[in-house]
Amino acid sequence: MSAPAAALENVSKVFNVAGREVEALADVSFDVREGECLAVVGESGSGKTTVANILLGVFPPTSGRMFLFGEELPQRRRLEHRRAIQLVQQNPLSSLNPKRTVGASIRLALDVHGIGERSQRSSAVAALLEEVGLEAALARRYPAALSGGQRQRVAIARALACGSRVLVLDEPTSALDVLVQARVLKLLSDIRSRRNLAFVFITHDLSVVRNVADRVAVFENGRVVETAQTEALFAGPRHPYTRNLVGAVPVVTKEEEALRSAISKGADQHAGD
Amino acid sequence: MSAPVLRIDGLRLGFKGHAARAVEVLHGIALEVGKGERVALVGESGAGKSVTARIVMGLLQLLKSARVSGTVEFEGADLGWIPPSEAASLRGRRMTMIFQDPTSSLNPVYRIGSQFHDVIRRGEPGISRDDAIGKASGLLAEVAIRDAGRVLDSYPFQLSGGMNQRVMIAMALANEPALLIADEPGTALDVTVQAQTLELMRQLVEARGTAVLFISHNLGVVREFADRVYVIYKGRIVEHGPVADLFESPGHPYTRALMDSVPRITGGGIPETAAAEADFLKPVPGPAPTEAAG
Repeated sequence: MSAPAAALENVSKVFNVAGREVEALADVSFDVREGECLAVVGESGSGKTTVANILLGVFPPTSGRMFLFGEELPQRRRLEHRRAIQLVQQNPLSSLNPKRTVGASIRLALDVHGIGERSQRSSAVAALLEEVGLEAALARRYPAALSGGQRQRVAIARALACGSRVLVLDEPTSALDVLVQARVLKLLSDIRSRRNLAFVFITHDLSVVRNVADRVAVFENGRVVETAQTEALFAGPRHPYTRNLVGAVPVVTKEEEALRSAISKGADQHAGD
Repeated sequence: MSAPVLRIDGLRLGFKGHAARAVEVLHGIALEVGKGERVALVGESGAGKSVTARIVMGLLQLLKSARVSGTVEFEGADLGWIPPSEAASLRGRRMTMIFQDPTSSLNPVYRIGSQFHDVIRRGEPGISRDDAIGKASGLLAEVAIRDAGRVLDSYPFQLSGGMNQRVMIAMALANEPALLIADEPGTALDVTVQAQTLELMRQLVEARGTAVLFISHNLGVVREFADRVYVIYKGRIVEHGPVADLFESPGHPYTRALMDSVPRITGGGIPETAAAEADFLKPVPGPAPTEAAG
């Protein structure tokens, strides 16, 4: 079997906050394969964003190892490593430069990574916009002149620009309305299968997880408390923390309510074991 | 039946910009909130949820560019006709509001205790600081904050988002308002904290008989919190009815699209969103769902 697209092995991260040591990640291991979507779930402060930053090489782990297609990543990453792992953040209004047209933002990624012939880059930008379902003419607009959904599509186009193999998606749809969210999720899933990308999908919305992820890693206080196939996780989460999370999801149908209460009841039974 | 706490009828709102004509964003909204009733207003961003709330609070009218017409009655009094000073005195006493992001709606440079004093003083002018702090401790206990002393002595940035939102709820209920407007109160919180916060809020308003106008785009949250729902789309109410009926059998194409686009924890993949947006502006077919149910 081929090596996973990205893997963390016994990764820990300790921050020094005002002279106090805070352990943000403790002995975290997981991997994600090509074409696979791994959801990372947990509450604020559980270490989700620290995981994203470590994957992206924003800061190095305190201990542990990281692999990209089986090759161990060095402390100081080369451009090709950075190119391979790209990020889509929650709020495109703050992740896109407001003073640059969206075309220029996407083009910058091509320029930095030296992708394609200089003369071809404008048409590459147009092709990327088209891939995320936007008209090429939007390239001349500034982020402020786009809707929330359009902006997020631009952020996705920029992340794809340098031919990334792994996308870290940090709450990519939680700032969007439900109708727009559904469309952006659909787009992401199409792109993943077309480009055979690995997704690390960070979210606290379990109803989204249920429908986009192949596997789920549940984080609590910087530790992975449960990793499971999505189907299995929603059939019966093993860890009490996961059951709590599922039990708190607001739902819209009676079927969902039944599933949710079955999971909570499961929690009671396990508590009585 | 006594007068509803809030009655809005034919409410229109336009903004006067550089264009010759004002841009209309609300096209005649009608809604009612009865005494002690929990009513939700749901819709996408830009539909007109928050501006409706801000008109009720009398905040939007302060904008020079806003053109507001129609009726807003609060406890039987037309807010358009009572003197501005009287309308202002209702705010923070008879009607209160909590916002999406608790940490930015509290003043960052004052301690929670002194902000509480300001709030309570609005209801009871001349109350001493010590008495206000005593009352605040009691209110914080009601929102399940045990170490009230520490919280009252803190600045907002020293507390978690969930804690700040509970502080906001305690403040909003301090003067026993008849109406609480909650604008996306759980959105900035984690799911588990959101569930706890909403449950707490539900118990408190039920015990006090406070009416709530609950603004949200999260249908799951609405289903769990509200008695009745109004669905707003592009400045028009397209459908309204009791929560159970509306979620069981949505009548309007827009409501159906909204429901269908919510991912389900029972699975089924990413929802397909039909692009039949032209239907969203159609009037509701047949009788209103409330009557159909009865």
